[in-house]
Amino acid sequence: MFLVFIAITLGITYWASKRSAGASAYFAASRQIKGWQNGIAVAGDYMSAASFLGIAGIIAFQGYDGFLFSVGWLVAYLTVLLVIAEPLRNAGKYTMADVLAYRLKPRPVRAMASLSTLTVSTFYMIAQMVGAGALVKLLLGNMVTYNQAVIAVGILMIVYVVFGGMLATTWVQIVKAVLLMAGTILLSALVMAHFHFSFGEFFRAISQVTYHDAKGQLVVKDFLQPGLRYKPPYGPMDLISLGLALIFGTAGLPHILVRFYTVPDAKTARHSVVWAMVLIGSFYIMTTFLGFGAATVVGPDYIKGHGGNNMSAPLLAQALAGSIFFAFISAIAFATILAVVAGLTISATTSFSHDFWTNVIHTGDERKPGEEVLVARISAFVVGAVAIAIAIALGLTANVAFLVALAFAVAASANLPVIVLSIFWRRFNTAGAVTGLAVGLLASIGLILVSPSLMAVDPPTVTRTARHLIQAKAWFPLENPGILSIPLGFIGAFVGTMMSREPTSEHKFNELLVRANTGLGAEKATAH
Amino acid sequence: MADAVKNLEVAETAQSQDSLSMWDRIAASKEFQDLMTTKRVFVVPAFVFFVVYYFALPVLVGYAPELMSRKVIGQVNLAYLFALSQFFVAWLIAWLYMKAANSFDRLANDIVERAEKGKKGWQP
Repeated sequence: MFLVFIAITLGITYWASKRSAGASAYFAASRQIKGWQNGIAVAGDYMSAASFLGIAGIIAFQGYDGFLFSVGWLVAYLTVLLVIAEPLRNAGKYTMADVLAYRLKPRPVRAMASLSTLTVSTFYMIAQMVGAGALVKLLLGNMVTYNQAVIAVGILMIVYVVFGGMLATTWVQIVKAVLLMAGTILLSALVMAHFHFSFGEFFRAISQVTYHDAKGQLVVKDFLQPGLRYKPPYGPMDLISLGLALIFGTAGLPHILVRFYTVPDAKTARHSVVWAMVLIGSFYIMTTFLGFGAATVVGPDYIKGHGGNNMSAPLLAQALAGSIFFAFISAIAFATILAVVAGLTISATTSFSHDFWTNVIHTGDERKPGEEVLVARISAFVVGAVAIAIAIALGLTANVAFLVALAFAVAASANLPVIVLSIFWRRFNTAGAVTGLAVGLLASIGLILVSPSLMAVDPPTVTRTARHLIQAKAWFPLENPGILSIPLGFIGAFVGTMMSREPTSEHKFNELLVRANTGLGAEKATAH
Repeated sequence: MADAVKNLEVAETAQSQDSLSMWDRIAASKEFQDLMTTKRVFVVPAFVFFVVYYFALPVLVGYAPELMSRKVIGQVNLAYLFALSQFFVAWLIAWLYMKAANSFDRLANDIVERAEKGKKGWQP
């Protein structure tokens, strides 16, 4: 099953490599991707291991509170649709830094934007690779080690990106999104069949899930009841903080933003967001069946003993339709991870070669034609190698959901404020962009370092590998830093701006405003 | 299409001697102001509405759990129905935006056509 998917995707990569000549082709698939195709690719990029394995797991263990992740992940697309997608497509070329560089001094802004893009992509990517390693390890048992699994995923992803560019990654993403939707629909139907297609029966089962709690006592809980994960006193505030990170972080995720440069114009960008919303929304509604299905059919006790909460969806498949379906669902999860990692790598390498290499080190001149693409290919190797190394260093114990939440929080705190302010605020300037990015980046990462995710005093019974990194009471009470770090990102950008005046930036505001809102002079699709 | 872009750049350099560039002229034009107003009339209320509607969910779930736990249909409680409604509200707003955006496109296309035709810059 794995091998079939890998063979198909390598075929796509080979096909794409024959068609990807030149920078616009390599980085933006010649801007020829159709609206519905791009919509599926956006959805594919978004429905990562965190969604398929992670959300099913959270719902299976913590019920309703886990479903709130699903809600935030869809509603976030309204920010992308209403505020970000069209101006970005109209005014940019390959990366989000292009939009900033219109008005501001390109070198410092691109250097900082590239740094934050690489940070967000790397955190997101490590999470996926750790997930892939764990999944393969659990599937194949003693046949491969965790390290071998991570290395194999890393090498495949490098091949897609180095040889196929954006066209191959987009098509890999589309194939995977279709598979993921098909698998989810099938699994949901099987859950309902288990309850004789009666919602009454299904929800009755959800309202009385029996399992052993942390103290080892047998409890019966209503899993539709809020509060199983987010408990007082700080739970409600953490929930709001998570909502902020999701709603404003999605519009700052570099691997989602680059997708809007692969389409011919702003209208197609808009259509692709709507397509993505239809797919993503349907998928997240079905997490009801995956998550609650795993809680009721399989039960938290069994899942805990067979690979942990991340394996809820595959275990549900096994319980409902046996080991062949289990392999099928696991293959889909694996394909999901592979495709998302490839998408992340391409956005990271685009940012590095286009923003940092060409525009910061060589001040905007591409010295030889094709150099930018060559640098991107080399940096795909480097990024892949670094991610493999970190994923191996973190090992199986790393908390995948925590790393993805970090990526969202960093994107919301660093990237979003400067994108929004550069599109909407005439007075905004280079100093503001640099301080905004720096403050957002430092605040979000700093607050996570001192949050309960990393800081807590463990009782001596906790095993060494499961212990928190810092054995002290957390300084910041919330797991998600969004509620504090997003305002700090905006304040940083505001204060930095007020420190100086930059007449050229204010003067060029009209140009950006007109370009962003009309598409006048925007990069067009290139014919072959 | 590439020609059109080049023309724009030529027009821009020709205009840069003046204190006002082509972009400034367009930005100041009535057509462009109309476009911005039309957009704002839809986007601002839509954005405010979805942010308020979305954050009502975590606020109510977090601070009024008794109210949200009330069972409405069988075992299904208010909290689940409210969460589910978010999906349909998001789709509804996206659909309304798609419809409204057709008029944005018309206004924007008029501006682009005029600017690309008038090779010497924007002459309102």
